[in-house]
Amino acid sequence: MIGWEWLTRYNYTRSFIVRVIAKAGLLFLLVNLIFWILQPLPIIGRISIYNILVPGRERLPYGESPEAYNLSLYNLDAMFASHNIARIKAPDEFRVAVIGDSAVWGVLLTNPSTLTGYLNRELLTFEGKKIVFYNLGYPTLSLTKDFIFLEFATRYQPDLILWLVTLESFPISDQLASPILQNNVSHLQRLHEEYGLDLDMNDARLVHPNIWDKTLLGQRRALADWWRLQLFGIGWSNTGIDQQIRGFEPRSNDFDQDTEWHTFTIDEPFIEADLAFSVLSASKKLPTQIPTIIINEPIYIADGANSDLHYNFWYPQWAYDRYRDMLQQQSEQNQWNYIDLWNQIPPERFTDSPVHMDEIGSQLLSEKVMIVLNNFLNELKDTN
Amino acid sequence: MEIAQIAVLVVISLVNALLPSQWRKWVLFVISLIIIYWLQPSLSIRWLDYTLPSIIIGISVITWWVVASREKKISPITALSREDSTSLVIILAIILLLTIPRYFDFPIALTSRPPEIWQVITIIIALIIILPLGSYLISFRWTAILLLLIILAFLIIIKSEVLSIHLSVFLRQQTGQDTGIASVIDIQWLGFSYVAFRLIHTIRDWQTGILPDLSLREFITYVIFFPAFTAGPIDRVERFLNDFRAIEKYNPFEANRFTEAAARICIGLFKKFFIADSLAIISLSHTSIDQALSAPALWLMLYAYALRLFFDFSGYTDIAIGIGILWGIQLPENFNRPYLKNTITTFWQSWHMTLSSWVRTYVYSPLSRQLLRSRYKNHVNIILLISTLATMLTIGIWHGITLPFIVWGLWHGIGLFIHKVWSDHTRAWLRRLRQHPGRDAAWRWTGVILTFHFVVLGWVWFVSSDLSSAFRLFLALFGVAP
Repeated sequence: MIGWEWLTRYNYTRSFIVRVIAKAGLLFLLVNLIFWILQPLPIIGRISIYNILVPGRERLPYGESPEAYNLSLYNLDAMFASHNIARIKAPDEFRVAVIGDSAVWGVLLTNPSTLTGYLNRELLTFEGKKIVFYNLGYPTLSLTKDFIFLEFATRYQPDLILWLVTLESFPISDQLASPILQNNVSHLQRLHEEYGLDLDMNDARLVHPNIWDKTLLGQRRALADWWRLQLFGIGWSNTGIDQQIRGFEPRSNDFDQDTEWHTFTIDEPFIEADLAFSVLSASKKLPTQIPTIIINEPIYIADGANSDLHYNFWYPQWAYDRYRDMLQQQSEQNQWNYIDLWNQIPPERFTDSPVHMDEIGSQLLSEKVMIVLNNFLNELKDTN
Repeated sequence: MEIAQIAVLVVISLVNALLPSQWRKWVLFVISLIIIYWLQPSLSIRWLDYTLPSIIIGISVITWWVVASREKKISPITALSREDSTSLVIILAIILLLTIPRYFDFPIALTSRPPEIWQVITIIIALIIILPLGSYLISFRWTAILLLLIILAFLIIIKSEVLSIHLSVFLRQQTGQDTGIASVIDIQWLGFSYVAFRLIHTIRDWQTGILPDLSLREFITYVIFFPAFTAGPIDRVERFLNDFRAIEKYNPFEANRFTEAAARICIGLFKKFFIADSLAIISLSHTSIDQALSAPALWLMLYAYALRLFFDFSGYTDIAIGIGILWGIQLPENFNRPYLKNTITTFWQSWHMTLSSWVRTYVYSPLSRQLLRSRYKNHVNIILLISTLATMLTIGIWHGITLPFIVWGLWHGIGLFIHKVWSDHTRAWLRRLRQHPGRDAAWRWTGVILTFHFVVLGWVWFVSSDLSSAFRLFLALFGVAP
């Protein structure tokens, strides 16, 4: 065998083969056992080429798209380690973490065209510090998902949090619908216990790993995802691409007369207990008191068939109006910094969903947010 | 091939090793026949993923009919040995049995869309009647030429995007399927590129009278030997026969052979599924050519692409060789540290060695012999240039009939020609250089770096979908904005 002399020049024996197989088997068992005992995935997740060999990502990894050097994974440590928020905070940096759903993440938008992209262009300062905005949006609708990211973000010393919310993130029944939550039960359990979140920890959708799932073999997918995330970092740094932006089907403008929202109707509407206000309150209990501004994000307001009953595909008017009233009330009661920007963006600026905006919409939103921010920072300066 | 498919092939090979040794030839024959159906990807055109492997078997049987021993040619039916008759019955039985999943639900379907059994029977009966009759009407010499043309026609069709789409449209029309969605993917004919070269090799060797006598079982097993079916290597039939005829005496669990087999399979799996697949994520592709932000980024992606090609292909070769060893068949090597060679000539002697050796035998040598007999006989360099370009063009076209592949072939052809002329002129100087080990080593390593970069830049043609994107990529690599 040309080139394989190193393999063929020895005289192997049967006992050699048996020894190799036995040792390999033992090593395999040992590694699995160690993996099961140590559960090193979070530690492995923190090992990252991002912010060291390649720049950190400008938004969290999401989407199974090798052409865009991106993937969805469940390892929160790895996700945050790949984000540029994980870089060392400069002494003259005022760090703002922007939390929210896919609208904040920037579906159909390049990084410079997202809300944080536009905000960062403004080169804002506060008390001599440069304000840097970090996009921590993630494309699923759940306040609990937002909260888990928010709690994670506190490790990276944010000075301010902007939390963009919409009604679809509020239903208690859908809080655990996000796969990232379902596959992070231990985190969820901790938040449930520490912050008293109103969650059903026996929900069948939650993935409770068994002994097998905790071994190296059981977690091979998670390990492969971590490895792919690192490799995608090279593609990301070479191209700046993290999303394939293609054509889209525009959000609906015409609706039927049915005004049911989830299981609620105008006659049997939701009450406060049906919405996850407790999650918003929990942010006040974070160990590090970080000022938070809650923003009710803009929605598409339709003008087609039955638009007198519906604002858009997601929201019947009665439900959305009721939600806005409740959120306003809750904010006053709990003294949240709350701003309602629900109708601040023209309808033509929305793309494929009632909350996704195009570049101009995103820029307009950033201008509105900037006004809110300036007011808030002025107040903060006064109190300081 | 997927990792699960490779695991199944390894398990089958190990199970075979436990069977009585006198069964092994038959088992390998039957397994190879079945596996080519199993490996063939599902295709959207009705019956096609059943038909394509069946065509491979059919054309192989006909080729054997032509190239088999002289006695069979004189009296084809009666001269069939018991082994040949049994082989033929097994082939027909498998082809027919594979249509049965059409009528019943089987847990394992080897082919997704078999035709009706009566349709297959009709075709088989027609062939059984036509072929012996045809052999009386047309001489075997002409049949062989006809076969060569048919094989080349198939090869040209599957290597040409335009022809593949035309064929897809035609087949879709015949099956009453939507022609609007006809595409190249419809004609994914697994393994045919390699099968075609093996068949051409046997026909050409038969024409020149050097092909050994082969039974039907030996011939079919050689052509579709399952470890080498999808990605080679392209073995020579006489070498294969030596091993095949000795497999009854072969002990797969003999420590040296078993260790070699296991090591080659493990190394191959690691190369393919870890190194190559990881490199694939960062390597250049049709889409990433226009995405890179800087020249260094493009170089990085191009290096990754070059390494990925090597690890991917050589990984598959290692797996094939390893599984082959388990069956007692020592497939030839395909790679010998090609990126560490210091000339383009030695690179081609160590990259896809079985393909380059095949093309040397069946293109370069006959063509240069022919040219030496022609009026160009006094122009050695012209003969060398034409033969080298034709050889490398064949290799380029074998990868696909597109302009970038053609230019890639020419790139290497010109490189080989220049190197040959240059080395002829510098032979004496190189001999003197060898007396100074330090300078000789420095020169050799300079050669390695230059050769590697010549090959790497050649991959620009290979990866580009068209010439304009290749030119753009060349400019971008050297920091010139297109």
